[in-house]
Amino acid sequence: MRIALFVTCLADTLFPAVPRATVTVLERLGHEVVFPTGQTCCGQMHVNTGYQREALPVVRHHVDVFEPYDVVVAPSGSCVGSVRHQHAKVARRGGDEPLARRAEALAARTYELSELLVDVLGVEDVGASYPHRVTYHPTCHSLRMLGVGDKPLRLLRQVRGMNLVELPAADSCCGFGGTFALKNADTSTAMLADKMRHVVGTGAEVCTAGDSSCLMHIGGGLSRLQAGVRTVHLAEILASTDDPGAPAAGVSVPAGLVR
Amino acid sequence: MTTFLGLPAVHAPAGVGHLQGSDTFPVAARRALADTQLRGNIGRATTTIRGKRAAVVAEVPDWEELREAGRALKAQTMARLPELLEQLEERVTARGGVVHWARDAAEANAIVTRLVQATGADEVVKVKSMATQEIGLNEALEAAGIAAWETDLAELIVPLGHDLPSHILVPAIHRNRAEIREIFRREMPGLGTELDPDMTDDPRVLAMTARRHLRRTFLRARVAVSGANFAVAESGTLSVVESEGNGRMCLTLPQTLITVMGIEKLVPAWQDLEVFLQLLPRSSTGERMNPYTSMWTGVTPGDGPQEFHLVLLDNGRTAVLADEVGRSALHCIRCSACLNVCPVYERTGGHAYGSVYPGPIGAILSPQLTGVKGDGVNDTLPYASSLCGACYDVCPVKIDIPSILVELRAQHVEAHDGPTAEGVAMKAAALAMTSPARWRLAQRASRLGRLLGRRGDGADRRISSLPPPLSGWTGSRDLPRPPARTFREQWAKDHR
Repeated sequence: MRIALFVTCLADTLFPAVPRATVTVLERLGHEVVFPTGQTCCGQMHVNTGYQREALPVVRHHVDVFEPYDVVVAPSGSCVGSVRHQHAKVARRGGDEPLARRAEALAARTYELSELLVDVLGVEDVGASYPHRVTYHPTCHSLRMLGVGDKPLRLLRQVRGMNLVELPAADSCCGFGGTFALKNADTSTAMLADKMRHVVGTGAEVCTAGDSSCLMHIGGGLSRLQAGVRTVHLAEILASTDDPGAPAAGVSVPAGLVR
Repeated sequence: MTTFLGLPAVHAPAGVGHLQGSDTFPVAARRALADTQLRGNIGRATTTIRGKRAAVVAEVPDWEELREAGRALKAQTMARLPELLEQLEERVTARGGVVHWARDAAEANAIVTRLVQATGADEVVKVKSMATQEIGLNEALEAAGIAAWETDLAELIVPLGHDLPSHILVPAIHRNRAEIREIFRREMPGLGTELDPDMTDDPRVLAMTARRHLRRTFLRARVAVSGANFAVAESGTLSVVESEGNGRMCLTLPQTLITVMGIEKLVPAWQDLEVFLQLLPRSSTGERMNPYTSMWTGVTPGDGPQEFHLVLLDNGRTAVLADEVGRSALHCIRCSACLNVCPVYERTGGHAYGSVYPGPIGAILSPQLTGVKGDGVNDTLPYASSLCGACYDVCPVKIDIPSILVELRAQHVEAHDGPTAEGVAMKAAALAMTSPARWRLAQRASRLGRLLGRRGDGADRRISSLPPPLSGWTGSRDLPRPPARTFREQWAKDHR
């Protein structure tokens, strides 16, 4: 299958290993991944901060860039959630009904990584190996906006060598919420404190999730506390193999180094 | 502004009632978060109620269909509101009641005060009611020399503790048993100590103490004031749903009953109650059925109150109805399930919201009732959410709270006059995001952040301190140092 990678602005700029891992997994399964170079951002930050008028051209740009592709994947529940649940609304609010229809059509073939693997490609075992103790945080938008359910866990359970431990109060928000983390930093930090308490309590070395943004938040807090737990994106775990030539996700590689 | 129904749309007036606090949410939340006792009390209480609700909802096979029925009934009611309200007025009047129309809190307070004064009474007993909390009725009555006695146990604790309610269903949720015992000992002399010198903080002992305190009041009172959970337009029947039976005492013992009801509390037909009486108790207290459901239609000679007044309250509701996106906030049946699952409410409690309607529903209802002004205190409420969506999942009438929060944020930004630093930054970002060339430049600029990576050494650098507004992030979290190459730069290199 020919799959267009929607890299997401955050991962492109700060976590390039995540989209790289997404490409690795899909290519290993025999699919062709293309990267539409015109892409920028889905505009979710604008929408969720109240700048819907400013978001409208960003949405239009996203639709223009991805419309030619049959299947689009992003390693983010939140960005896919925005495409699926916000783009058409932003277009309609801006009075652009044709764009709203185009956005809906594109949203119907845009998938979060675990959805694409399990629902579209019908795979649960992607051939990964990751010999670590890992706990999984279901991000709010993947869980409630997209309803990915246990798909990420089904993928993780097939990873060889991994000790997957359950996260208490897993479905409680980590407190990120985009600009919420800045506008209500105290409340966000209180939510993060409880999330970190639960993560550390599992004894896991690695906390994983399907969104770089939430991981940046949880990981940023754990790092500040020198808590001894690192955050690794689901795609990076699924890309890891026994192959000595392949990179091991989440072990100390120079930050920002792209394979 | 008018509603789509042609009704005039009026916002709730400032300076009367309790729909707006004096501090913005971030300021009030910061204060609440520092109260470790409150954090513990609310965390424990919401966790318990969440568990009870989840268990009783899971046993209903058609829960999703019930939610959809509740949503549809409310949407239909709102679309027919003027006609249904007039039908209600006609039926209540035909059954011997008197209907009063109150445009806002001030009018409603004046009507109730006048009605109580006409009876010659100097006190009223009250059924727990959000509408009368909203309009500040107790304070208005007190100013007129009329004492208002709350009879719901949790609602009773609040004024005794010289406190404000912090939850729709459990107004004293921020208090634990030990604190409640202290309040009783201090504020119920003659009961807290004399009758039971060894009063413990056992819930039954506390409830029995309150019962003795209240019983005297019930037997004395000649006037009761209530709210309403539902009003049936076709029959003129009012309904109050409760757990303690204190509401029923108020609704049956006094000579005069005055009910203050928001105009959105209507349902068209008697049969519609079937849906809501299943949805409400499971969503609110986590019970299959609430212990007491009282229903009354006008006046019944020789049985119950012989004088019945219904005050229909607008106080901003028509303004909410005028908003195409926000109007479904009026579908709320005040179950408080959204409060109990909200990760923000669970940490800050209800006082931080400054309104009698706290939590997710309050964050969309309060600013709509008072009006989104661009620089009002209530304008900060729609931002008091990480948009995690837990509220939408549990709402028994499927109010899409996250989408309304996002819409109200847009209305707030658009109501603001003049440029703001945030607005300039957002416009610049949007400009970059609509052109790949500009976007690459912006990404390159972000790489300046590599210079800021101070913590750690060599490869594992992190950014731990940034200037405002990003200091909000680095106050409690590190940021990764930007990588040497973005994904797209590496991709271009690999696919040349």
